Amino acid sequence: MILDVNDLSMRFDTKTVFKDLNFQLEDGSMTALLGPNGTGKTTLIKILMGLLTPTGGSYKFSSDVKLGYVPQFRNIDSEYPLSIRAFIELNAPLFKVKKVKEQIDRQITEMHLEQIQNTRMGEASGGQKQRAYLAQALLDHPNMIILDEATASLDPAAKEELMGLIKHLNQEHKITVLFVTHDIPLAKKYMSDYLYLNKETIRQGKMKDFKEDFE
Amino acid sequence: MFQYEFMRYAFLASTFIAITCGVVGVYVVARSYAFLAHTLSEIGFAGAAFAVFIGIAPLWGMLLFTLLGAIGVGELSMHSDQKESSISAISALFIGLGVLFLAISGSNSRYATNILFGSIIGVDRQGVTQLVILSIIVLLMILLVQRSLNFDSFDHIGAAAHGIHTGFVGIVFLVAMAMSVAIGAQIVGSLLVFILLTLPSSTARYIGKTIPAMIGWSIGFALIGVWAGLYLGFITNWPVTFFIAAIEVVIYLVAYMVHVIKHR
Repeated sequence: MILDVNDLSMRFDTKTVFKDLNFQLEDGSMTALLGPNGTGKTTLIKILMGLLTPTGGSYKFSSDVKLGYVPQFRNIDSEYPLSIRAFIELNAPLFKVKKVKEQIDRQITEMHLEQIQNTRMGEASGGQKQRAYLAQALLDHPNMIILDEATASLDPAAKEELMGLIKHLNQEHKITVLFVTHDIPLAKKYMSDYLYLNKETIRQGKMKDFKEDFE
Repeated sequence: MFQYEFMRYAFLASTFIAITCGVVGVYVVARSYAFLAHTLSEIGFAGAAFAVFIGIAPLWGMLLFTLLGAIGVGELSMHSDQKESSISAISALFIGLGVLFLAISGSNSRYATNILFGSIIGVDRQGVTQLVILSIIVLLMILLVQRSLNFDSFDHIGAAAHGIHTGFVGIVFLVAMAMSVAIGAQIVGSLLVFILLTLPSSTARYIGKTIPAMIGWSIGFALIGVWAGLYLGFITNWPVTFFIAAIEVVIYLVAYMVHVIKHR
């Protein structure tokens, strides 16, 4: 088990986001975090990342966990000046030894960015940007990654490419994946498990058994 | 022109000012602090006027006011929804204070002109030493936090997601920026110091694709501006500040137009 969540509750002022959530994530699993907009998926992620304090309950990662997190929104506009490579390198020292350079090269190759590494981030496509965000997070050598709506604004081809890479990370590098989305078909295709957050509660199961009840 | 001592001092001081403002400017623009830089210049003017009023060197009054101003305005603009209005209100208050301090200290308008628009003959040996030391302090501060500062300035959300103490980095940077304003104002004047803090680095964004490249270009453009400005000021007897402003604007516009044409 890599994550154990017990009776986790969150409230903003008088509005309850969710209460008494209980679930576990297994090492090496691929889980989709599903749910309608506004049910608190991002809030739950922020709590797990330690960026928000829950109002009740607790959660525990296994002691050897190293988390990578790709947030939903970034402020990268069309005038953003850094190249894809320079953007990824923000998560590395300015003065790099050979070993660090090789790690960066490896992530860039793995994320299919080597041809466009000198393209400015501002001019990159949505899919290229998402792969750059992922490469930046992978520089930390995480054994679990959390992606928040990474495919939300991508065209179908870019979605497939990104999901293929995420699957590759899971299978080849044994990285546990928690993938926030409301794209059910995509989740059915690539994810093995699901967490369904709706109406303040959570449901867990196998993706192939998932039944939508968005209403 | 180097036979004149004041020109030697002015060149030396300007070189350090250009390097400091060139480096700090890259982050000013990346963090969208251009308006804040402008406000700090005006706060610096009030500080210099205050220094004249109580009888100390203008540099120290400026430093005191810009440091207090940076922390105050920084806090306010981070926690206020009405960022621009609150900064405008503060800048109005400080310009008013500056005018008041100058009036009640009974100094002449020549002095006000020097503070607002800069003066190259105002820098003596002691002044140069102070500017060089302060510049080095600013550069060291930036160097010490560079990794977090780079991450936070160019990818604030990513930096926060990586658990970087963005608040701490922000404060260190505001202090460095406040010092740069006080330093830069000694040559180009408090009204125009924001030029050196925003234009060379804005130009550099069109050319550099990495942070070191942008810093290099930014320093280069700042140096071209101050050196050429001092030279042209010396031979024409027109204000140096005019030349620096004109040169930086021309370089920026050329880079901008090339960028627009390339991306059409």
